[in-house]
Amino acid sequence: MGGKILLANIDIPGIRGFDVYRANGGYNSVTKALREMSQSQVNAEVTRSGLRGRGGAGFPTGLKWSFLDRKSDKPRYLVCNADESEPGTFKDRYLMHHLPHLLIEGLIISSYALGVNTCYIYIRGEFKYLVGVLEKAIKEAHQHGFLGDRILGTDFSLNIWVHPGAGAYICGEETALLESLEGKRGNPRIKPPFPAFKGLYGCPTVVNNVETLAAIGPIINMGGEAYSKVGRGKSTGTKLISACGSINNPGVYEIEMGLPVEDFIYNPEYCGGIARDRYLKAVIPGGSSVPILPAELILNTAKGERRLLTYESLADGDFETGTMLGSGGFIVFDEDACIVRNTWNLTRFYHHESCGQCSPCREGTGWMEKVLYRLEHGEGKKSDIDLLVRIAKNIEGHTICPLGEAAAWPVASAIRHFREEFEEHVLHPAEVIEKERRL
Amino acid sequence: MIKVTIDNILIEVDEGTTILNAARKIGGKVVPPAMCYYSKLKGSGGKCRTCLVKVSHSSTKDPRPMPKLVASCSTPVQDGMVVENLTSPEVIDARKGIVEFLLLNHPLDCPVCDQAGECDLQDLSFGFGMEETATEEQRREFPMTDIGDKIKLHMNRCILCYRCVYVADQLTDQRLHGILYRGDVSEIGTFIQNAITNDFSGNVIDVCPVGALTDKTFRFKSRVWFLKPMNVHRECSKCSGKVTAWMFGNEIYRITGRKDQYGELEEYICNECRFEKKALTDWVIEGPRHIKRQSVISANHYERMKMQSIIKPIEGLMESQE
Repeated sequence: MGGKILLANIDIPGIRGFDVYRANGGYNSVTKALREMSQSQVNAEVTRSGLRGRGGAGFPTGLKWSFLDRKSDKPRYLVCNADESEPGTFKDRYLMHHLPHLLIEGLIISSYALGVNTCYIYIRGEFKYLVGVLEKAIKEAHQHGFLGDRILGTDFSLNIWVHPGAGAYICGEETALLESLEGKRGNPRIKPPFPAFKGLYGCPTVVNNVETLAAIGPIINMGGEAYSKVGRGKSTGTKLISACGSINNPGVYEIEMGLPVEDFIYNPEYCGGIARDRYLKAVIPGGSSVPILPAELILNTAKGERRLLTYESLADGDFETGTMLGSGGFIVFDEDACIVRNTWNLTRFYHHESCGQCSPCREGTGWMEKVLYRLEHGEGKKSDIDLLVRIAKNIEGHTICPLGEAAAWPVASAIRHFREEFEEHVLHPAEVIEKERRL
Repeated sequence: MIKVTIDNILIEVDEGTTILNAARKIGGKVVPPAMCYYSKLKGSGGKCRTCLVKVSHSSTKDPRPMPKLVASCSTPVQDGMVVENLTSPEVIDARKGIVEFLLLNHPLDCPVCDQAGECDLQDLSFGFGMEETATEEQRREFPMTDIGDKIKLHMNRCILCYRCVYVADQLTDQRLHGILYRGDVSEIGTFIQNAITNDFSGNVIDVCPVGALTDKTFRFKSRVWFLKPMNVHRECSKCSGKVTAWMFGNEIYRITGRKDQYGELEEYICNECRFEKKALTDWVIEGPRHIKRQSVISANHYERMKMQSIIKPIEGLMESQE
């Protein structure tokens, strides 16, 4: 498996500890950035690399950094979003568990570039065991002079704090995360103002995903230009894909952007084909929030081109025949999977995790769940299918934060591509339930 | 000054004004409905999504339309902005959807609800609601609770606008209630049954857009449209003492703050005025209050009624009322 950037050293025993990590070239990028580069040079390298936010939205990181209000006399903050709670996504957990120093390296360089002296890692509450891993790594970095006052003898000082959340999916939304970090109820804020101007404690703040920040170190090492050559078009570099579902080798894979989806599913290096020799039925390629696609549309676009693992290729065809790369949670369904049951399950999650602040999401997610429960348990009516489409349409775009869309898209896309299956549940509920019971 | 066009009407407003407030300057039907926004409460708004409007032209500098409908209560205007409210079918459709969501778990017990007749949700459903209900699911239910000896909390009716939370935050020293839990099971509560005893806690009743918080001294006494709202005042050491008394004959049934045409209080009043002064002798009567809002109580029959002998209007005050 060539072309690894983030996970290049993952197989070295003891890489989690500082000494082994340092011996294998770790923290070289910090030395390089702090001693040889100015803040604006680091910013320029990141912009040149074409790195895009790995949390799901795919927003160019260099551009996001350029929005930060540098004129304000208030302190600036960098917050690492490690609240990875999307069903199907487990890449950040893997990265933090095995390579905690890679994240810290990225945080130091990013903080230097942004002029930040306090940095927070907001980590999902359920990742309790990772708090210790990260804190140990931070302590080691302190001991070796990479954190604290006057790092490497320069004027730059930085402290990193790990803050565990209390177990809410919504706190992965950046403004809800900031509210939670301030000790308040995790409700998303109404934008504008954006965090780049008024973020944590009302100060300019940048919030980045773990994988994004982890890529900063390698970008400085290899140069933005070289990083941008990896990948394809505007999707530069590599991406961690967490594959799960009905495949032979579930796990986290680092792929170069542009790998064909078909290769990713069937190549023994990656997923290794569908488990139990079943046929591929559908894929959710970017974590549970993105639209589901049936086998023929995930392997090839509607235009007949091969579908690649890039932001652009997966979005080809918009929502009619496309989907999104999202956070890279690759969920595979085989022919036995019931799409109605799966959609109900996802809706149940969004219903449970809606913060309840704005009315479309608070009421709509619960309503969709109840209707889907009826359909799945053989009590549905034919009109329920159109009702679901209507509810999803009424939620989409009308909410404060993207959770509304995240809840609406899976339902809308499942009905768009698998309508006959929903109808089957209405027309022959007994047979469907019997079939599912036997599996 | 900034020029904005709302539903083809051009208006000049100060910088930083929200679309909703710009529309309120125009007045009339152009004003989007607001269930959670309250101009006197800092930070309110953006939650109910009934005030969604379409921005078809962001500004003179950036003529692109905004990609989504925006909440007019929290979006500041920009020079050259073109806003569509009632002229956009997309907005009307979205608002219909929002009304449907707001009513989804609302018990629709208007016949026994004290708020009926002056309820924002009733007005909103009348304006934008659909005729039949699509839901057959069970509505969420909560037990009724007392928060304090004068305020009844009927959580089933709540639309979670957060206004009462902001009132407690911004008007009183200590907030004792808040939103508990999340999603569609979130509720207003004091967590451990607790009485809200603050001199100004009664204002939560007035800011509540629905019948979730009601005055226990008035519950089930009368329907609001049978009562005559009168402007009255008294010397009060805690508040301005300027209130509206809702009367039947010569009896005061309840006291509320004076509300403007958007259902917002002109001034907050204290609990003593609100709950304890129910005798006519406590008050100096100024005259009947004109209700400007679109509501069943705005029929204003009482204004044409003859004053009873005991109510002697003060010279000059009648003219100054709108």
